[in-house]
Parts: sequence; structure tokens; C-alpha cells
Amino acid sequence: MLKVDSIEKGIVLDHIKAGKSMQVYEYLHLDDLDCTVAIMRRAKSTKYGTKDIIKIADRIDVDLDVLGYLDPDITVNIIEDGRTVEKKKLELPEKIVNVARCKNPRCITSTEQEIDHIFRLVDRKNRVYRCIYCDQKAGK
Amino acid sequence: MKHLIDPTDLTLAEIDDILSLAEDIIKNKEAYAHVADGKKIATLFYEPSTRTRLSFEAAMLELGGSVLGFSTADSSSTAKGESVADTARTVAKYADVIAMRHPKEGAPLVAAMNVDIPVINAGDGGHLHPTQTLTDLLTIREETGRLSDLTIGFCGDLKFGRTVHSLIKQLSRYENIRFILISPTELRIPDYIKDEVLEASGADYIEVERMEEVMPELDILYMTRVQRERFFNEADYIRLKDSYILDPEKLLNAKESLKILHPLPRVNEISVKVDADPRALYFKQAEYGKIVRKALIMKLLGLSL
Ligand SMILES: [Zn+2]
Repeated sequence: MLKVDSIEKGIVLDHIKAGKSMQVYEYLHLDDLDCTVAIMRRAKSTKYGTKDIIKIADRIDVDLDVLGYLDPDITVNIIEDGRTVEKKKLELPEKIVNVARCKNPRCITSTEQEIDHIFRLVDRKNRVYRCIYCDQKAGK
Repeated sequence: MKHLIDPTDLTLAEIDDILSLAEDIIKNKEAYAHVADGKKIATLFYEPSTRTRLSFEAAMLELGGSVLGFSTADSSSTAKGESVADTARTVAKYADVIAMRHPKEGAPLVAAMNVDIPVINAGDGGHLHPTQTLTDLLTIREETGRLSDLTIGFCGDLKFGRTVHSLIKQLSRYENIRFILISPTELRIPDYIKDEVLEASGADYIEVERMEEVMPELDILYMTRVQRERFFNEADYIRLKDSYILDPEKLLNAKESLKILHPLPRVNEISVKVDADPRALYFKQAEYGKIVRKALIMKLLGLSL
């Protein structure tokens, strides 16, 4: 297996569904970071077959709501001195603001640019979010 | 209840409160003639809907209040590019309550999020029209004496009709309502209404293509318009259009106590020959619309006798 150096200090996002790491990268705006970011795609996992992993070599504030919305099964490991010092548990957020965009052309957000795009969790079991303005389903 | 944006925001108790107040307004109209003295409603209509606007304005005038507003977008500051939020913030300095109609879905919610005065959604595109739903509920309650134990037929365009979807959503919250959905195959009720509303509430419903076969069972017949442009081809439209026009013959085996409703405006889906039938309630329904708006304005402004 391809080796990626473990990090001294930073964050490891583990158990990302195989192939979904680029989406996580984009939603978290990791391209804005100056530090090293390693993306491992389709790494072998005992639990999931294959998975994606993202390693960030800095203690940034990860938006847990964004991650929870994308996939609450992702694990967030905080690394200090090369060791995991904290594992954060994700939850489906009740509400997400300016994370997903409403694609309904009849929605008020389509004509008024400054309005926040807000989606609310309406079905926890099926992880369905709907636009608070027009009830359009959020598409990931 | 601070605003009325989505009828499902209201609890059954809140709806009951509004309908009971409306009932009292019917009985004691004069007593309410000055209850809103000095109050103003702003009707912000970004698209024309004369019927709905006049209904709100008549409601406020009958309560002793006054009205201001605009009735098309080109006469408003939107024409100069002002946002809904800014217009609402400004108007909130002039009026005590806003009724907003807008072609874009969610515009009244945007207004509500930006002002301290109550905002009423008077129709946002094809999305919601809560005062129509309250009107329908008041009509049914006043004319049958109940909002439960009813067999209700919805006839016509059940696919795109937002008033139908909204009323079905509300009625499915009451006990023992049986829905008979009468429409051409092309214009059947959408799956999400079946899954998220009818199935979810355990409501009893059937789908049929012709109203004659179910007419004897109905307590309420809610008619809507079948528009030519909704059909995939002209042949289907011609084949089916008469099936969805209510005329005296189709009413031959209907109950004496049937109530015929229609959100108006009507085009040709109810023959004018039906108008004289005492079971035709669609014009009375328009009056109930004004009365329920009076009750709603009072509730939102915290007014009482
Ligand atoms: Zn939307």
C-alpha cells in the first residue's frame, strides 16, 4: 500500500466513503489552506472495504456541520505530537447555512444573490434536507 | 404564531383558534367593525392577483383598519432593483402587518426573516398559499359542521394544483378523512404527496379517473381547473376534457348534502348551470376567504374584542 507520512499535528478525516474525498475537500474549502493536505483515495479498510482519507497538517477549525451534512460516518481525529488526542463525533446538523446551494430556478435565492442558502433537516432517517424557502431537496 | 408563511407551521389548536374566531366574526360582524382602528395592512403584490389582494384589503377595512401597498412589480421599487428584504424593512416602518404575493418561492419568508411585524404569505409562486387553505378549512367547517369524518373528492389537475396539495396536507391531520382523487392519469397527485402525506398519515385514499363513479360517496367535491397545456397531446385533452367539467347530469346521484368547492377563478370546469344549485358553494367560499383573513389579521396583530 502507498505510504503517506503520518502527521505530527493536525487533523485526519477518516472513513470517508471511497471516492468522496474530493467533495469533502471542496466543501471544506481545503484549497484555501497553506499547510500540507494529503488525500488518499481508495485506501484499504478492514471495516469498509475501501475508503478515502484526508490528512491536514495543521489544527484548523473544521466545520463539523458541513462534514456531518456530507456524511456523519466520517471520523475526525485531532492529532498532537503524532498521536490521536481527540476523536470528534459527527451528527447530522439540523440546519446548514451556505453549504449547499438551492438549484430551484423558481426559488427566491435564484434572483436575490445576497440571501443565505439555508437547508433544514426534514427526514433524519433518509438524511433529507430541504430549502427553507422553496422546499427543494438538497442535492449533494 | 408570529407570521403565516406555511400552513403546516400552524398547530391544529392554532387553526382551530382562527376558525373559531372567524365563526364569531360571522355571527357578530358589527362587533368587529372597529377592532383594528388605526392599524394598517400593506399588500405587497409583486404579481397581480386581484382577488386575493381585494380579499385582504376588504378584510382589513371591515375591521376598521386601512390599507396601502402595490399590485404589480413594475410599480414597485423592485423595478429599481430593491431586494425583498429591503422593501419589507422599509414597509415595516409604515404598516402593522404585511401580506405579500410574489412569483418567487420563499419571498414572503425572506420578508418575515427581516422584519418585526407579522408577514402573511399571500401566495409565493406555485409553492404555498396558506390563506387559501384556511379559507377551504373554514368553508368545510362552517358548511358541514366538522373537519373530520368526511369523504372528500378532489377533481381535475391534482399534479400541479398547489391549493389541492396544501389542503390535502392539512386535512390529513384530522380524523377519519377519506380522499378520493379524481384526475386523468397525466395529472395524478405527485408521489411525494402520496408518500409523505397520505401514506405517512395513514389516510384512506383512492385514485379514480371519472367523477360519476364516486359521486354518491362524496361529502365534499373540490374542483380545480384542467388546463389544456398540461396535456401531452391534444387528442388526450379532447378525449378527457368533458370528464372534468361538472354539470347538472354528473350531480344526479350526488348526496343532497354535498358541498361543491372551487378556489376560483373558474374557467369552464364547472358549468354555469350548476351555480343555482344550493350545493354550489364557491362564491360563498370567497366570502369565507375574506372572513378567515379578518380572523388571521386579528390573531397576528394580537387584537381582540
Ligand atoms: Zn430554494
